[in-house]
Amino acid sequence: MERRLANWGNYPAISCDESTFSQEDQVQDFISAHSSVIARGNGRCYGDASLAKHSVSTLKYDKVLAFDTTNGVFECQSGITLDQILDIIVPKGWFLPVTPGTKFITIGGAVASDVHGKNHHVDGSFSRHIIEMDVITGNKETITCSAEKEPDLFWATCGGMGLTGIITRVKFGLKKIGTAYIRQKQIKAKNLEDLIRLFEEYSAYTYSMAWIDCLQKGDAFGRGILIVGEHATPEELNEQQRKAPLELGQKRKLSMPFNLPSFTLNTLTVKAFNWLYYLKNTKREINNVIPYEPFFYPLDAILHWNRGYGKAGFVQYQFVLPLEKKEGLVAILKRISDAGLGSFLAVLKVFGKQNDLISFPMEGYTLALDFPVRKGLFEFLDQLDEIVLQYGGRLYLTKDARMKQEVFWQSYPNAQKFADIIKTYNGDKLFRSVQSDRLLLTQ
Amino acid sequence: MPTVLILGAGSDMAVAIARQFAGNKYDIQLAARNVSALSALEQDLRIRYQVQASSYAFDATDFNSHGAFYNSLTAKPDITIAVFGYLGSQEKGQTDWQEASRILHTNYTGAVSVLNIVAEDYASRGTGTIVGISSVAGERGRQSNYLYGSAKAGFTAYLSGLRNRLFHKGVHVLSVQPGFVYTRMTENLKLPPLLTAQPQDVATDIYKAVKAKKNVIYTKWFWRYIMLIIKSIPEFIFKKLKL
Ligand SMILES: Cc1cc2nc3c(=O)[nH]c(=O)nc-3n(C[C@H](O)[C@H](O)[C@H](O)COP(=O)(O)OP(=O)(O)OC[C@H]3O[C@@H](n4cnc5c(N)ncnc54)[C@H](O)[C@@H]3O)c2cc1C
Ligand SMILES: NC(=O)c1ccc[n+]([C@@H]2O[C@H](COP(=O)([O-])OP(=O)(O)OC[C@H]3O[C@@H](n4cnc5c(N)ncnc54)[C@H](OP(=O)(O)O)[C@@H]3O)[C@@H](O)[C@H]2O)c1
Repeated sequence: MERRLANWGNYPAISCDESTFSQEDQVQDFISAHSSVIARGNGRCYGDASLAKHSVSTLKYDKVLAFDTTNGVFECQSGITLDQILDIIVPKGWFLPVTPGTKFITIGGAVASDVHGKNHHVDGSFSRHIIEMDVITGNKETITCSAEKEPDLFWATCGGMGLTGIITRVKFGLKKIGTAYIRQKQIKAKNLEDLIRLFEEYSAYTYSMAWIDCLQKGDAFGRGILIVGEHATPEELNEQQRKAPLELGQKRKLSMPFNLPSFTLNTLTVKAFNWLYYLKNTKREINNVIPYEPFFYPLDAILHWNRGYGKAGFVQYQFVLPLEKKEGLVAILKRISDAGLGSFLAVLKVFGKQNDLISFPMEGYTLALDFPVRKGLFEFLDQLDEIVLQYGGRLYLTKDARMKQEVFWQSYPNAQKFADIIKTYNGDKLFRSVQSDRLLLTQ
Repeated sequence: MPTVLILGAGSDMAVAIARQFAGNKYDIQLAARNVSALSALEQDLRIRYQVQASSYAFDATDFNSHGAFYNSLTAKPDITIAVFGYLGSQEKGQTDWQEASRILHTNYTGAVSVLNIVAEDYASRGTGTIVGISSVAGERGRQSNYLYGSAKAGFTAYLSGLRNRLFHKGVHVLSVQPGFVYTRMTENLKLPPLLTAQPQDVATDIYKAVKAKKNVIYTKWFWRYIMLIIKSIPEFIFKKLKL
C-alpha cells in the first residue's frame, strides 16, 4: 500500500509502497514483480537508507530457528527485533554480542549497518559474531555466506545497507552473562581533554561511552560524563536482585504521542543532563548496579522520542576520526558549539581496530549528535563534512540523509571495490534505496 | 499442558494467535495446506515459549480428508480455532464459478465440514472450546464483497447454532467478528488506521474471550456499534449506497 514513510529522523519522508512477507517464496515473488526494491527493518536508521519507491518490510519474517543454550548460538529470520531476542536469551544467561543504543532494530538491520555498541574496542562490530547468513541476491537466488564462504558477498552485506540483497537468515554467537545487571561507573570530566584521558584510563572496561555537553566554552569546553560498565556477577547484586539474577521486572514505557515543537526535547535533555551532572554526580564518581535496560537503552524508555524534534524532523550526524586525529574532534566540536545548530548533547565512543570493506568503524573516536532540520543546516553540515574529510574520517551511512556523493567516495577507501561487488550480486540494480541513488552506488 | 489446534496456521493472524496461546503455556498444533512452511513457526514457538508444537497438513476445501486429519492429531486439542479464510475477488466470482465456489467453500462449507467433526468429538467428551473467525462482512451484504460476506454470514449462523446446541454439552463456542485487520489479505487495501486492528490485537481479544467464555466478540470492540449502525440503515437507502 502506498503511504508516506520516513525513518527515525522523520527526514526525508517519501511516498512508498511497502509490502510484507512471512515466507521466503513470498519475498521471491515480490522481488520478481518489481524492478527495484530495498529491504526495510524497523526503520531505526535515521535517514533514507531503507527508503525507496518499493520497500519490503521484514518485520513479519521474525521466527526464531534455533537457540543452542549450551554454546550460545542463535539462529533466526532477519525481521526479529533485538528486544524480542533479549527476552529469549537473557533468562538463559546469554546476551547480544554487540548492541546499538536501541533494542528496537531488526537483526537484518544490525547486519546491514554492521552496528557497533559501547564495547567496540573489545568485541568489534556485529559482523564479528556472525557465523553464517542467507542473502537473496539480484538473481533471486538464496546464497549462504560467511567470512569463509562467499566472503565477497559476506563483507559487502555487512554494512552494505541492503545493496547486495535481502538478508533472510542470520546465525550468530552470543555473550555469556551471569546476571541481567550491569555494574556501572559514571565519572565526571571537566572538559574534553579530561574526558579523553578518562577514556584511555578506563579502556579495560568492556562498555564505555560519554555524554558531552556541547554548549560549554573556555575551560569547560567539552565537559561530560564517562559511563563505563561490566556485566555484573551474582555476587555484585543486592539481596533483592539476587533472588532472580537473570530476570528483570515488567517494563513500562512512555510514548510520545505526537510531534512536539522542537525546542521541548532540547529543554528536556538539557534538564536531564544538568540533573545528572550537578545533582546526581556531585561526587566525581558514582558506582552502582543497574538493570541492563537503562544502561544500554536509556532512550528506549520513551517510545517515539524522535517526535520531540517536531514535524520537520532531524538528522543525526555521526562521524569517526582516526585515533591520532584527536584535534579534529576539538575543531568540529568548536564549529558545532559556535553555530548553535546542534543538540545540546553529543555521544562520544571509542572504536577499536577495524578495517572492513564498507563497515563504518575504524580505530578512533566517533561522535554523534542530532540537528533539527532547519534553514542553513545542510550548508553547515557540508562544511563539517570537509573537516571530517580533512582529518581522514568518515560518516556513518545508517545515520546519513544528506551527504554529497563525493564525500562518500572520498572517505570510504573501499568504495569502488564495494561498488564492484554490488555489481556482481545486484547487477540489474534491483536493490536500491534513495540513499544508494544519492551516493551514486546504484545510479 | 492444554493444547490449541489452529486451522489455517500460516496467516499473520494465526501466527499472532499461536504466540498468544503459547505465551500462556498452551501446546500448539498448527494445520495448513503447506506443512513445510510451518516448520519455522513450529521452532519459533518451542524456543520462545518452551511449549510443544507440531504441524499437520490441512486443506479446508478437501472435505473428505477432514476426518482422517482430525484422527491423525497426536493429542485431541482442548481448543480449536478456525482461522482460515479466503477473500478472493468479488468481481471475478460474479462470472467465474470456480472463484465463487472457492470463496464459498473455504469460508463456509470447509469450515462446517471440519468443525462438524471437532464438534462431535467435543460433544461426546463434554468438553472443549471452538473458536470461529468469521467477519463483520457477514452481517450485511455489500456489492463489493457479498460472495465472501454471504459465506461468512453462513459461518456466523453456523457458529451461533453450534453454540446453542453444544452449550448443553458443556462445550464453549466463540464467534469472532473482526472489522479491518492489517494482514496479507488486506495489504493492498487502503484501510482507515483508527478502525483497523493489528493481528496481535485480535489475538489478545480472542485469548481473553476464551478465558472469559464470551459468546460473540467484535475486534476492535467498537465494530459492534459500527455494525449496529450499518445494519439499521433501511434497505431502500442501503441499496443505493456504493459500499
Ligand atoms: C536511538 C537509536 C540509537 C542507535 N544507536 C546506535 C548505536 O549505538 N550503534 C549503531 O551502530 N547504530 C545505532 N543506531 C542505528 C541503528 O542501529 C541502525 O540504523 C540499524 O540498522 C537499524 O535497523 P532497522 O532494523 O531499524 O533497519 P532499517 O532502519 O529499516 O534499515 C537500515 C538499513 O538496513 C537495511 N536492511 C534492513 N533489513 C535488511 C535485510 N533483512 N536485508 C538487507 N538489508 C536490510 C536497510 O536496507 C537499510 O539500509 C541507533 C538508532 C537509534 C534510533
Ligand atoms: N484481514 C481482515 O481485515 C479480516 C477481516 C475480517 C475477517 N478476517 C478473517 O480472518 C481470518 C484470517 O485472515 P487474514 O486476514 O489473516 O487472511 P490471509 O492473510 O488471507 O490468510 C488466510 C489464511 O487462510 C488459509 N487458507 C486459505 N484457503 C485455505 C484452505 N483451502 N485450506 C486451508 N487454509 C486455507 C491461508 O493459507 P495459505 O497460507 O495456505 O494460503 C491463509 O493462511 C480469515 O478467516 C478472514 O476471513 C480478516
